[in-house]
Amino acid sequence: MSDSQGPIWEVFVQKKPGQPFVHCGSLHAFDKEMALQNARDLYTRRSEGTALWVVPSSAIVSSSPEDLGPFFEPANDKVYRHPTFYQIPEGVKHI
Amino acid sequence: MKNHDKYHLIFAYESRIFVAMENANTNPKMEEWFDAKLQKNEMVEPKDWMPDNYRKHLIRQISQHAHSEIVGMLPEGNWITRAPSLRAKIVLLAKVQDEGGHGLYLYTAAETLGVSRDELLDALHTGKAKYSSIFNYPTLTWADIGAVGWLVDGAAIMNQVMLQRTSYGPYARAMVRICKEESFHQRQGYESICHLAFGTEEQKQMAQDALNRWWWPTLMMFGPTDANSPNSANAIKWKIKRESNDQLRQRFINQTIPQIEYLGLTVPDPDLKWNEEKNGYDFGTPNWDEFMAVISGNGPCNKERLKARVDAHKGGEWVRAAAKAHADKKREMEFAA
Ligand SMILES: [Fe+2]
Ligand SMILES: [Fe+2]
Repeated sequence: MSDSQGPIWEVFVQKKPGQPFVHCGSLHAFDKEMALQNARDLYTRRSEGTALWVVPSSAIVSSSPEDLGPFFEPANDKVYRHPTFYQIPEGVKHI
Repeated sequence: MKNHDKYHLIFAYESRIFVAMENANTNPKMEEWFDAKLQKNEMVEPKDWMPDNYRKHLIRQISQHAHSEIVGMLPEGNWITRAPSLRAKIVLLAKVQDEGGHGLYLYTAAETLGVSRDELLDALHTGKAKYSSIFNYPTLTWADIGAVGWLVDGAAIMNQVMLQRTSYGPYARAMVRICKEESFHQRQGYESICHLAFGTEEQKQMAQDALNRWWWPTLMMFGPTDANSPNSANAIKWKIKRESNDQLRQRFINQTIPQIEYLGLTVPDPDLKWNEEKNGYDFGTPNWDEFMAVISGNGPCNKERLKARVDAHKGGEWVRAAAKAHADKKREMEFAA
């Protein structure tokens, strides 16, 4: 939604190098430079991060709550994707 | 008019949008699903189905909260250029900047419910939307800045700590961020009041005078008593709020009185006394007529605050236009290249 404050952007912060980027909120800005500067001022005033991503909200594609069941259902009956499904003889180590 | 009728009028006015929407989109099956979700203490997220009244209630509450943060910058901003030391000045600047940030977190949380920033700002600027009545009081002396941080932010924290567990995800997440930042606000206020209370006799008087003026308006920040708070029942039912106005007010008083005693200052309430049985303080009745007057636009600074907001918004118009023109031009050039 674009209004007098510019379009909405989603902000992702990486706390420390090597860690995943985590969504922390959103903001309004007219372009990417402004979005990045606003994100710095708004979400990292106390050194909360060492790197930032800003993404136009409109570019984000999300699953919808209604297909929570069917959409994720294929994973439900595949216990063999987890390590605990397999039996390892007693005494065998480091596996 | 009896007091009770007056509350009713005001809150009916505030919530008239959502009263009009009532029954517009009822869906018994989805409502059952929604209630079960709340029962399990699951968070509601923007794309989830929700009852219209839940959405309206949240838009009203979150935007009022956002407006309070933004208007709340004004009484403290009043002292930035007159702070008594460089340390006091950078602290106050950082605090006021935080409040601006809180407003922005909250506006974007409200926007996830399908309302635009322009609509929200417009409601504030035209006087349709409310903000916390406390910010319609003036900050007359430097001691008021300490009192605001200590008492006003202290009362806000009481409410906001509860709201970290509110049922709407984006609101709850904004609250977690805000609460992390708030504790510095209250501590810097108390530190500042300590300097005065343990300073010269004149400084101590300043601190007492600030306490006298801010005490009752601070207690009113928790809103009308439970018996006179028609919106509270829904807020509790929907787990937007988890404690009532009276519960929060009582906890604030219990926690603040020892802080006042430490300062050697006097609480401006002759009815205040410890009640062993309820393990809390009994206290006098706030002047609810004054509360109603301030919330209806007739407090000492309502007009000044609103004018400052409108002027700031208008004053920023050319900046927004320039930023937009710049962004448009750059996009064009990228296409051309
Ligand atoms: Fe705040
Ligand atoms: Fe604050």
